Amino acid sequence: MVVDHVSLTVPLGQFVCLLGPSGCGKTTLLRMIAGLDSPTTGRILMSGRDMTRTPAHERNFAMVFQALALFPFLNVEENIAFSLRLKGIGWRERRKRAHELLELIKLPDIGSRKIEQLSGGQRQRVAIARALAQEPALFLLDEPLSALDAQLREHMQIELRQLQQKLGITTVLVTHDQREAMTLADSVVVIAQGSVQQIGSPTEIYRRPSNRFVAGFIGRNNLLEVEVLDRRHVRLGSVVLAVAPIPAGVVSGEVVTLAIRPEELRVLPQGSQGGGTLPGHVSFVREIGERVELRIDCQGRELVGSVSPSDGAVACTGPVSVQFMPGAGTILTC
Amino acid sequence: MLARLRAAVLLAWPSLALVGLVAIPFLLLVRISLAPPDPNGLWSAGISLAAYRGLMDRSFAAALLYSLGLAILVAAVGVCVGFPLTFFITRMRRGWQVLWLVFLLATLTLSDVLIAFSWQVMLSKRIGFANLLVTLGLMEQAASLTPSFGAVLGNLIYLVLPFTVLTLYPTLSQLAPELLEAAKTLGASPLVAFRTVIVPLTKRAAAVSFLISAVLTLGAYVAPVVLGRPRNWTMAVLIGNAALAGHNVPRASAMSVCLLIAALLLTGGTSWLARRRGSR
Repeated sequence: MVVDHVSLTVPLGQFVCLLGPSGCGKTTLLRMIAGLDSPTTGRILMSGRDMTRTPAHERNFAMVFQALALFPFLNVEENIAFSLRLKGIGWRERRKRAHELLELIKLPDIGSRKIEQLSGGQRQRVAIARALAQEPALFLLDEPLSALDAQLREHMQIELRQLQQKLGITTVLVTHDQREAMTLADSVVVIAQGSVQQIGSPTEIYRRPSNRFVAGFIGRNNLLEVEVLDRRHVRLGSVVLAVAPIPAGVVSGEVVTLAIRPEELRVLPQGSQGGGTLPGHVSFVREIGERVELRIDCQGRELVGSVSPSDGAVACTGPVSVQFMPGAGTILTC
Repeated sequence: MLARLRAAVLLAWPSLALVGLVAIPFLLLVRISLAPPDPNGLWSAGISLAAYRGLMDRSFAAALLYSLGLAILVAAVGVCVGFPLTFFITRMRRGWQVLWLVFLLATLTLSDVLIAFSWQVMLSKRIGFANLLVTLGLMEQAASLTPSFGAVLGNLIYLVLPFTVLTLYPTLSQLAPELLEAAKTLGASPLVAFRTVIVPLTKRAAAVSFLISAVLTLGAYVAPVVLGRPRNWTMAVLIGNAALAGHNVPRASAMSVCLLIAALLLTGGTSWLARRRGSR
């Protein structure tokens, strides 16, 4: 089974991202929403109306495909006006609407161009304009930015978000790029092996992952086996750490997972004192722009920490101390 | 410079061969069509339009139109049958696709003489098809289905079908399914999506397929002779009769030239139709 036990509500006017690794079922879910695939069981409702058996062409859900699927035998304007032509709208009105959409996507002068004459970014925008022309009830996007280079992708993410906010159109986007999901979404749905792992705002997903998969998939996380001591404390080896409140139902002595982000660890010069501090040895240093990522061997465990490039004292291989910031991290039981 | 000349000579030999093997016999054909007929030999010396004048009657025009009409009908039915068949094949798993293509190629290895006589047997009173029609209640009693126009038409469609599929296959196998799906999400029903997306994307391949079938049918000889009545005979049969039975080679040549012109007009017309853009 590709998708199983998915229960998802998309609030009107929101931007929802289905996020997960390749083959997790997110595109299948989107295709079922679009009406291109049929679920064997379950229902798809739109404002209370059951759409499960409604054919794709009667749903008025526009979709932008990963391959864009622009019609090569039509020019840009004709591509954008395709859905309007099917509705029997006259030539003048179609042309006017196509020009409005070209203005919206900031490409007012390319209406007469052939599709093969467009750049990747232009094609992207034309595909979006074509989908928006029919004024859809729901706007679906299947990894539409994946073929673009990093810089253009980032630019298009911002443009897409601004466009969605301007039109207030309910949007569902499929992506495997967590950064893209974080940039665009009001709400992120993390999917793995065909089932929903967590639904929440980007901050919630990042700060409070619900399980080991989400913690490992979203951003970089240190996942450590710890023993629960009381409601606020756990033991990691010989060190007692003060952590975020432990979920109800977890009893003292139970072994759970502590998920802690690299930025929640303080990497200090060797010999620094303080609570929740472990001695370690930096084994690998990686420059990642505004931060320097460190791989630290702490009593047989590899931790990932990060420091500012200006912090030269620890931004190189050698012995250090790692301090767990009090109250940081999330306790995971599954 | 010498290397370029050598390369040009090496690349030019196919065009020289084409001139030698196609253009020269055609020019000879035109020349013979303009020669006075000689009842005791093949043709006489000199220039005459007698052969062309001899074609200026209703019977020749009717025969030419019949051949052209039959070619168009066979090609149209061939494309109409071949298109869904090819679409169906391209949606199969790769191994099945290869099997189908090998099967279709294998049918091309059979001689059209053999195929025509097989059809004659298949459509005879005693064997096969007539008895099936009787069993189904579509015929009162078994009777031979040849000679008939239907037998000629069916046999010619059978002959062109592999060419139709093999011509359409490359285009249809590369047709991205997302294009149809995109049309659906933009409000096109399956039929409208076929008309507005599949047809424009495949019309050139369909036109080529149509032309190949039509040109092959224009030259059909065996099927009309074996499976048809004299009124079902095509221009190729009539040309053969004029040359072999009538000993009038200039008339046969003139008929061939007219048939060639008809084929060129058909090709030009089809190409023009295929190039025409869809209406707004």
